[in-house]
Amino acid sequence: MTDAPTHATPDAPGDGHRQALAGLKVLDFCWVVIGPMLTRTLADHGATVIRVESKSRMETLRISQPFAGGVPGVNRSGYFANYNANKLGLALNMANPGAIDIVKRLAQWANVVTENFTPGTMERWGIGHETLLAANPALITFSASMFGDGGPQARQPGYGPVLTSLAGFSHLTGYPWRPPSTPYGAYTDFLLPHFGVAAIIGALDQRRRTGRGTHIELSQLEASLHYLAPALLDYQVNGRILAREANADPGMAPHGVYPCAGDDRWCAIACEDDAQWRALCDLMGKPSLADDPRFVRLTDRKRDEAALDAIVAAWTRDLDAGDVAARCLAAGIAAGVAHTTAGLFDDPQLKHRRHFAWVDHPEIGRHAVDTDAFALALTPARHERPAPLLGQYTRRVCQDVLGLSEEEIDALLAQGVLE
Amino acid sequence: MLQAYRVIDLTDHRGIFAAKVLAELGADVIKVEPPTGDPSRGIGPFAGDVPHPERSLFWMAHAVNRRSLTLDIAHGRGRDLLRRLVSSAHFLFESSNVGYLDSLGLGWDDLRRINPGLVYVSITPFGRTGPRSHAPATDLTGVALGGSLFMTGEPDLPPVRVSHAPQFWLVGSATAAAGAMVAHHHRVRTGEGQLVDVSCQQAIARTLSHAPQSWDMNRVIVKRKGAYRQLGSITVRITYPCADGYVACYFPGGPVGARMMAGLAAWHRDEGVPNAFIEGTDWQRFEFGTTPQAVLDEMDATLAAFFAIRRKRELAEGAVRHRVILFPVSDASDLLQHPQPRARGFWQPIAVPDIERTLEFPGPLVRVQGHETPARRAPRIGEHTSEILRDLGLTPAEIEALRAGGVA
Repeated sequence: MTDAPTHATPDAPGDGHRQALAGLKVLDFCWVVIGPMLTRTLADHGATVIRVESKSRMETLRISQPFAGGVPGVNRSGYFANYNANKLGLALNMANPGAIDIVKRLAQWANVVTENFTPGTMERWGIGHETLLAANPALITFSASMFGDGGPQARQPGYGPVLTSLAGFSHLTGYPWRPPSTPYGAYTDFLLPHFGVAAIIGALDQRRRTGRGTHIELSQLEASLHYLAPALLDYQVNGRILAREANADPGMAPHGVYPCAGDDRWCAIACEDDAQWRALCDLMGKPSLADDPRFVRLTDRKRDEAALDAIVAAWTRDLDAGDVAARCLAAGIAAGVAHTTAGLFDDPQLKHRRHFAWVDHPEIGRHAVDTDAFALALTPARHERPAPLLGQYTRRVCQDVLGLSEEEIDALLAQGVLE
Repeated sequence: MLQAYRVIDLTDHRGIFAAKVLAELGADVIKVEPPTGDPSRGIGPFAGDVPHPERSLFWMAHAVNRRSLTLDIAHGRGRDLLRRLVSSAHFLFESSNVGYLDSLGLGWDDLRRINPGLVYVSITPFGRTGPRSHAPATDLTGVALGGSLFMTGEPDLPPVRVSHAPQFWLVGSATAAAGAMVAHHHRVRTGEGQLVDVSCQQAIARTLSHAPQSWDMNRVIVKRKGAYRQLGSITVRITYPCADGYVACYFPGGPVGARMMAGLAAWHRDEGVPNAFIEGTDWQRFEFGTTPQAVLDEMDATLAAFFAIRRKRELAEGAVRHRVILFPVSDASDLLQHPQPRARGFWQPIAVPDIERTLEFPGPLVRVQGHETPARRAPRIGEHTSEILRDLGLTPAEIEALRAGGVA
């Protein structure tokens, strides 16, 4: 639409001009985790991200625990608030045919359109990537899904917690004599946004040179397999199916998680070579143990690792976990307390890195959002705006981005196109 | 897509994963290895279980689509050549201990003078500054401090890491790729390079789902529950034994959960075992993540009985048919056979002459329309040393002298 101002960036966090992605405009249909985590990285670095949501098809995270004060509400989820900070929101009823025109006009404004619905959903609404790219050939469209578009299982519903099992992580996690454990949460969801960010920015670079946009697709199952690629080759080459080995490591011993004083307190210790084992023996007050023929070399120690672990555990059991870690580190041995989430908030290194940023949310109050693990020295990320309330920015986006009048907006609200 | 850009990859096993996506998108990634080979080559498993730098499957898997240049950067001449290489490069990735490259005159403050547009990516356990910046770390101690360890494993046993895949380094490295590209965007617009300082601890702390918010907002500490999963105030089962292994099945509640239970009801009927509990419960009532514990417990018992006498593949196929959120707990064999990546042409056959095999490697991390994902095997030690040094203007005699002197 030629009458839509293309420069409008309503209420950008801070002044934005020194941020790496300032000026980038993202129309964001993403929901749940993988997509919103990806677009939050873009927003944290200065992009204007407009989240499109619908009251009639509620974003799962808005109704997910934890809720502020334990009281449910669509604007009270800490899960949603974390992944959607720094974004604007627009409530649009995609089931209403009038929504299509709004989306197409926003796609003229946008540089990037992101979504992670089951394949076919955007097409069913008439706003599939081919349609959007035809209308705006300079657009980058990004789609993520459990299984990717096409293939016999493209439409199967799924969630990260069980995709983590399908993708091979559970089989590799836990005790050999117990059922598999699974890394917490929708684990694979958190591993993959990084690749989407890299590809979108690569496509923007290409667009700058060629004037052409493109479509990017990410299959969560496929991309996850890269993390386990050596095990997939091992099966082909050696015919072996690698399995969970608790905390054992072929190249290190002792290498374990040892009980410490208090309830459910643990310290991880890893001796990377024989010299570190000798140093640990000194720490444990058993210097002669290093010369015990059962434990001199790695191959010796691996032979009776249970006995070795019992010796270390006998030393750690009555000590404070932080004290064990500090003593090991002082002796040059890698060690770390198994942090609870409470421990993360108190961790001096994470505090130094400002891993948790604090934003003021109109319903939740002051709360923590976690931040990306990369710090850009020249163009740091900013964490200033809380996640949008449902529909909070509907009017503002329609005015500032689409150039609609108050009357036009009222009419669209009355028709149930806008919410 | 990124064909115009050159990446100098100085990482070891702690950062080898980082440049993977840039290489896949077409960047010219030069892996700089010490003449004895990259430390990643020392990590198993090995082909035939024979430890050898050209038989490491860790290396083969993670170093695809790169060229290899051997260069001893501890040697003055090696450093000079690296600086020449950096002067025309766009990215540098490194994962050495904090301060090591600075001590060689190859730190960010040195290299920015040679190339102000350089995106210099440092991957370290905890970041380059702060009280723990110089502490040693391994995958296990790293995931402990990142918070994922505590929440993973059996409630009555010590918490566990993921075996055979060092999440601490891999997730940190993946994050580094995103950070590098964000910095790249700024460089393209302004010509300014910058330091990208990656903390693997933070990368792990970003994989914890809503657990940090559960502490911040509700003072709830998420604990490990084996086959079960603590979600706020309720506990949901994830893993069930079946006749020949395990399956993972997840009831989310909400409309998706209601559709899934309709599918499970139909599945039970199809198998001739209609289930009164599933059919008699109004699943529409439960919102996402708020199903009462008593209902979840009854569902747990019901599903466990149904799954226990059926095989993994049979259950996986039934789940697709009935649109139930159930997947097999896959091992490497299951994954290579899984029909979906195969139907999408995901696996890339690549010949690996050193072990006289053609192997199927994971294909595109992302698929970009109009871009063909390269599929080049990981390089041998120094495979491209001559061509890269020739491009730098060295004569064959000079290259030979560097080799003889152990510099290249």
